[in-house]
Amino acid sequence: MRRMRQSVEATGDSDAIAVERTLAGDRDAFRALVERHSRNVFRLAYRMTGNQHDAEEVVQEAFLRAYQKLGQFAARANFGTWVYRIAANYAIDRMRQRKSEDAQREPAGRPSDDGIERDVASLVPDGAPSPERLAQSEQLAVHMRRALNELTPAERTAFVMRHWGGSGIEEIAEALKSSTSAAKNTVFRSVQKLRRSLEPFVERRGQAKAMGTEL
Amino acid sequence: MKHPDEEELIAYHGGEVLRRDAIKEHLTDCTECRAEFERIDAVLGALGAMPVPDPGDDYGRRVWRQIAPRLPERRAAWWSFAGAGGFTTSWLQPRRWTAVGAIATMVTVAFMAGRFTKRISPAPIAADASAGKVRERVLIMAVGEHLGRSEMVLVELANAEPLNARQKQVNISAEQRRAEDLLEENRLYRQTALEQGDTGLANVLDELERVLLDVAHSPQEVTPAQLETIRQRIDARGILFKVRVVGKELEQREESSTPAAKQNGSMPQKRNNT
Repeated sequence: MRRMRQSVEATGDSDAIAVERTLAGDRDAFRALVERHSRNVFRLAYRMTGNQHDAEEVVQEAFLRAYQKLGQFAARANFGTWVYRIAANYAIDRMRQRKSEDAQREPAGRPSDDGIERDVASLVPDGAPSPERLAQSEQLAVHMRRALNELTPAERTAFVMRHWGGSGIEEIAEALKSSTSAAKNTVFRSVQKLRRSLEPFVERRGQAKAMGTEL
Repeated sequence: MKHPDEEELIAYHGGEVLRRDAIKEHLTDCTECRAEFERIDAVLGALGAMPVPDPGDDYGRRVWRQIAPRLPERRAAWWSFAGAGGFTTSWLQPRRWTAVGAIATMVTVAFMAGRFTKRISPAPIAADASAGKVRERVLIMAVGEHLGRSEMVLVELANAEPLNARQKQVNISAEQRRAEDLLEENRLYRQTALEQGDTGLANVLDELERVLLDVAHSPQEVTPAQLETIRQRIDARGILFKVRVVGKELEQREESSTPAAKQNGSMPQKRNNT
């Protein structure tokens, strides 16, 4: 635990140094920041946008904006959290834009009948679970993606930041450009909607879990 | 204590500290609330386990390669950019980005000139008509070539097959690398088209981008079945057809913008929605 904290602190320190060096004109220092934080930002972006294509665009744009605004970055803040927030902001815009593009596009142009991306990479066998289990988990994944797609961009952002990213309400409020009470409400509303859509499909898991899980 | 409501249980699940001990104690005693909490936990647990594709160990390096050419050059201090050269933002400052941005803008202007002549103000183009025409031709050619190269990758993929009957995998690493190279310029053209309101072109480029991304992220060696799935996805979008249609229209536009065509009074035709 102590070692982990030391490692996080070391990353924070080296981030701060990299930021300083970038501001002094050292591009390689920014490269180190990009290489260090890209995967984490990608995870957020993918969960928010629901597809790899948009997620990659969000990641690139987040780092471009971070570079552009680096002068405004307070050295005391954590670079990882900061770029994460920039990505969240851009992802909301991208999701809104995507929704309006999709509304204009004819249904025949959709990637699949439910609008869900199926990555080519996912076709690669991975340790071969049983066909039944695979089918069930694939079916559940379809329901989950659909339920997430039904959230508004703000709800999805709030949900992803809170339940996947572990962000605080203040941070979410900042990303949503809303008050903390409104952000709290958005988080609640998103979970409520997801429950309504998904409970019939995950109930059995819940019962199974309840039997052997302590609170 | 009174029963916690749904909002409190969700906040409790999210680690909120308010009334935490009281809620925890209540959940031990109250079967009804415990069942409600378990339902929330089941949904959030399932969502928490949703997989995210692994972008690969070299993802950070790839992101850097993609954004590095677009980064402004930083000399000494950040704020020294703002006032130099008459631009209002540093975004437009670096030579390279300016060039890329200008090309993208001109590409779209070129498209707009053919498609939305009524919507685009003719004034800036009219200011330097002959230079504009030359630029337009160059840009039409650039996008036409981009579409041509994309089409070639898709066609090669459609025709890829094992070298012999004993080979169980097909190597598509060459197509993959080319798709990766094409992705960036495609993204640039699409964003510019979108900014300029050319949604028809942006949609085609968007679909092309998704296909290129699929190809770029597929395994280097695929089984014939996996290759077939990739082909079916390409077919389902009808992207090859759309790329050919737009490419053909660009060719016609290019021809119509040559001096000879101009003398004949031919005008660019409105592009069909694809």
